[in-house]
Amino acid sequence: MQFVLSSLLNGLAYGLLLFMLSSGLTLIFSMMSILNFAHAAFYMLGAYFAYQISAAVGFWPGLVVAPLLVGIIGALVERYGLRKAHRFGPVAELLFTFGLSFLAVEAVQLIWGKAAVDYRIPSSLQGALFTFHGTSYPIYKAFMMVVSVGMLLALYAGLAFTRIGLIIQAALSRPDMVQALGHDVPRIFTLVFGGGTALAGLAGVIGGNALVTEPGMAESMGPIVFVVVVVGGLGSLGGAFVASLLIGILQTFMVGLDWSLIDLLRALRLEPRAAPALTRLSLTQLAPIMPYLLMVVILIFRPRGLMGARET
Amino acid sequence: MKAPFSGNRLIVLAGYLAVIVVAPLVSTRGYWLSLLCQIGITTIFALSFNMLLGQTGLLSFGHAVYFGLGAFATVHLLRAVHEHSWRFPVTLLPLAGGVAGLLFGIALGYVTTRRAGTTFAMISLGIGEMVAASSLMFPGFFGGEGGLSSNRVTSPGWFGITYGSPLQMYYLIAGWAFLSIVGMYLLTDTPLGRMANAVRDNPERAEFVGFDPQWVRYLMVVLAGFFAGVAGGLTALNYEIVTAETLSTATSGIVIMMAFVGGIGHFTGPIIGAALITVLRIAVAGITEAWPFYFGILFTVLVLYAPGGIAGIVAEHKRLYEAGQLGRALQDYLLGLLPFALCASGVITLVEMAYALANTSEPGSAPLHLFGLTLNAARPLGWAPPVIALTVGALLLRAISRRMAARRDTLYASLLQRQA
Repeated sequence: MQFVLSSLLNGLAYGLLLFMLSSGLTLIFSMMSILNFAHAAFYMLGAYFAYQISAAVGFWPGLVVAPLLVGIIGALVERYGLRKAHRFGPVAELLFTFGLSFLAVEAVQLIWGKAAVDYRIPSSLQGALFTFHGTSYPIYKAFMMVVSVGMLLALYAGLAFTRIGLIIQAALSRPDMVQALGHDVPRIFTLVFGGGTALAGLAGVIGGNALVTEPGMAESMGPIVFVVVVVGGLGSLGGAFVASLLIGILQTFMVGLDWSLIDLLRALRLEPRAAPALTRLSLTQLAPIMPYLLMVVILIFRPRGLMGARET
Repeated sequence: MKAPFSGNRLIVLAGYLAVIVVAPLVSTRGYWLSLLCQIGITTIFALSFNMLLGQTGLLSFGHAVYFGLGAFATVHLLRAVHEHSWRFPVTLLPLAGGVAGLLFGIALGYVTTRRAGTTFAMISLGIGEMVAASSLMFPGFFGGEGGLSSNRVTSPGWFGITYGSPLQMYYLIAGWAFLSIVGMYLLTDTPLGRMANAVRDNPERAEFVGFDPQWVRYLMVVLAGFFAGVAGGLTALNYEIVTAETLSTATSGIVIMMAFVGGIGHFTGPIIGAALITVLRIAVAGITEAWPFYFGILFTVLVLYAPGGIAGIVAEHKRLYEAGQLGRALQDYLLGLLPFALCASGVITLVEMAYALANTSEPGSAPLHLFGLTLNAARPLGWAPPVIALTVGALLLRAISRRMAARRDTLYASLLQRQA
């Protein structure tokens, strides 16, 4: 029981973190049809900026300033890089962001070194929120959830109820028409790209100290975020949400369970004489590749993803 | 139907053959031969990657999977040959890698090619990550952290060639590289190769002609997997050890860079890129620790300003030459040399200063010897000169390139007029 509860809560926190990343990626993708390969690199930058700022003035200023800085860098990248690459088509855009992610990782290594930096949870957020049957739940996990849910509600409200949000929504489906109505669509693109990368930066700020802040963090997070977007269905925010939580919770449960195929066979009294390596793999060992296996299954049975539109 | 190799192409092919036969005789130093071996392997690998990106329009972020699995299959077969004293010729071992790449192409390609375009890129990355992560889960097959090693010298091979000496190994690689290059070139002229181009340019119309784009993509992924597997098999024989790094995403990234820097729009592009990046990697890595950063800059700048890569640049200048404008362009380049040098020295100084600062042991002092100067990266004011150099250089370059672009536009317009 306590295992189920704590795994569920941990998985929820992780899933929401995934959604903060995948929502920015999805917004950028559905608006500009750009797959931002460097999205996880912005997540990494957020964590490193927050580390630097919290070392100087504390965690709370960093929580605000680091995502803003990342967003500004994102906007500059869109304005002076992506717009140039756009002339050469989608492959050039994708390759540009690929080069960018490579550069970002190398730059971080040049500045902060190859080892993980000591980016810690602030002391005011340390400790347990509650203890349930001897398992304590950390305050910081709850804080992560509050920040992500708050951010996503703000994003939703901004998109649904403000003037600029409505223009963005219109530009999502009919950029030419919005342009014809006299709105500066390229500037909206810059804004959305900056906003999406700022979301990734915020995910880095709150995720960097909960997980680990190191140059490899972009490479370990990037593919999973892509998988989330493919599983959820390209361009679907709702799909990305479901897929994020699904993968987050599933993976957390798997990490805690060391069941394997051979256990199942034993339980069914079907123990084979020779047990090949495959049957002895535990769920814990399978956890790192679970998102990819899920992606394969989804692609075979439902190529457009959970909630994606049919490919045109 | 015209003959695939006629006239100029035959001459180019014969020239290439001559180069790869003579190349090892240029220098007797050990590293020259190992460099050539590496170039041969990466050439096959980069060309097989370009079967997807250049010819079919599929950007794969997980091409190293086929390369790595081919390498592991080869090393497993080699170990089995030793263990059971089979009389399997080492000469044909790379074929085992190719078959492994082909089989994994059949299995994994079925999943990846279900979607095209951007989605394909994401899926290929996911599959690549999956295989890379699995490599640590099955230490029995992948050898865990240490990898798998073997000895390529088995029983006396054909004509007493054992591949014990590096030179024999080089000729094995060169032979397979030549066969693969010819094979991949011939493929571009087959109906499948043509259909791949059609699927790249306009999948809808390709479908109207009566071909299933998904099937064409699938076939191309399978065939590219075969050639990548051959390259992997050669790596296994060349180094006699295969680690999980061969199928990592980093390897997939390097092959993207090679193909793109060389030029994905021309068949020869990836060959140029493979040779150049391999040489640069060794040469620059000896000078500075920050070499991957410079590679990133080179790649990103090329994406933005010369998406055709080196082969594209050459082709464009050939066109300028034919229009009698090459001299004019060279004048502009001469003019741009100084701003370019300013930019480059600014970037290099900044990068090296950052590196010196990150690695200094004593606070307040981060000495750096560069361009005959000694700089102290720990002094904030020391950062001003490179920043100024970079800014001034960039502004000047922009002015020059705008002038050039304007002139080129009018030139192309006049050429079009003359044609019409």
